[in-house]
Amino acid sequence: MVDVAVVDYGMGNLRSVEQALRKVAPAAEIVVSDDAVTISEARRVVFPGQGAMPDCMRELDTRGLRDAVLLAARSKPFLGICIGLQMLFEHSAEGGVAGLGILPGKVARFAGNMRDAQGNKLKVPHMGWNQVHHGQHPLWDGIEQDARFYFVHSYYVQPQDASLVQATSQYSQSFVCAVAKHNLFAVQFHPEKSSTAGLKLLQNFVQWNP
Amino acid sequence: MLAKRIIPCLDVTAGRVVKGVSFVELRDAGDPVEIARRYDEQGADELTFLDITASSDDRGIIFRIIEQVASQVFIPLTVGGGVREVGDVRNLLNAGADKVSINTSAVLNPQLVADAAGRYGSQCIVVAIDAKQVTPGHWEVFTHGGRNATGLDAVAWAKKMQDLGAGEILLTSMDRDGQKTGFDLPLTRTITDALEIPVIASGGVGNLQHLVDGVKKGGADAVLAASIFHFGEYTVQQAKQFMASQGIEVRL
Repeated sequence: MVDVAVVDYGMGNLRSVEQALRKVAPAAEIVVSDDAVTISEARRVVFPGQGAMPDCMRELDTRGLRDAVLLAARSKPFLGICIGLQMLFEHSAEGGVAGLGILPGKVARFAGNMRDAQGNKLKVPHMGWNQVHHGQHPLWDGIEQDARFYFVHSYYVQPQDASLVQATSQYSQSFVCAVAKHNLFAVQFHPEKSSTAGLKLLQNFVQWNP
Repeated sequence: MLAKRIIPCLDVTAGRVVKGVSFVELRDAGDPVEIARRYDEQGADELTFLDITASSDDRGIIFRIIEQVASQVFIPLTVGGGVREVGDVRNLLNAGADKVSINTSAVLNPQLVADAAGRYGSQCIVVAIDAKQVTPGHWEVFTHGGRNATGLDAVAWAKKMQDLGAGEILLTSMDRDGQKTGFDLPLTRTITDALEIPVIASGGVGNLQHLVDGVKKGGADAVLAASIFHFGEYTVQQAKQFMASQGIEVRL
């Protein structure tokens, strides 16, 4: 049985997610898969995403993977990354599309013309290393409070249920950058590109028994 | 708070990192994988590889280098040089690049930027602009490693690239590249103020104060440098500590 399946719905580069998982779990069987059966049978599922949300939703359905992802998100250790976090919600302002609706809430865009305290323009996409203020969860084990992770995104999630929030970050305003519910954990940043802190989170994920 | 990024740049040809002065006179700086690993350990925020190979026969080398680096270094990797079509973007992403930098081909075929961003997302499309001052306050875009003038105004061009879907601009001053006299700050400030997307300042870093100036005076979101790191003048960590001491938010 596959230990970790990385869901491949044809959007962007999944190599780095796969490489980082191999680094933290050298003995595990890790596959990048677009096969619903493989994903359904895997012990753990990573749901990444890059690009625009409408394309991601369309490609997921074109490949017939929606049900496998829904099942995994409800039944086994599941890690959403970037658009893989945003797609869990009900609706996105990006393209005005519906998401998977696993979590109540929506996805909004950062405002234009944001400025920092010195009056400098805050660019969109929010790109680079930002501090993550996290709560208590096994996936944060061994990760310093306010550790920096690598982000690149223009949209952010607005969960309806505040108890889902596992971390926030600051970009002109405070925004939610991690959520969790039972067996599900999802982050806006890219742990696979976040050096030591990111690898630690992935290691925590492959060892997590919710 | 979001940290300003420090990005060592590795010019690669024939499997080696080299560094030139104003795009000529190449000097060997070592093995790319080894150098990438060292910069990662020193706390580099990203790495940029520019494949400056002239012959298409050697193009395969950059893919092997990226594959090796990507399996050992877990920070964002940008690769540029010789990207002509969407297929080139795909191949570099598949080799392990996180972002692909497009320069000359964007000028020859601006639709390439739109197509690549549409297919793979703006987050992985960097447009590299080589700009040269023509009159005070005006800069022109050059291509082919700085040999060909395009007649394009750098500010208008940067805006057009943003509109077509570029996620970031890598801005190199051709007047300053390799000169070690600091970034062209008016150029950097003008472009970054004109855009909504992040701008990486490049070209001319000779000391750590230049990095600080690029952020504080130039308004850059990230600073790129090559020779000050390659030849051991400063480590990335020293650069970051100096920037932090000057009140710049960095990832230490």
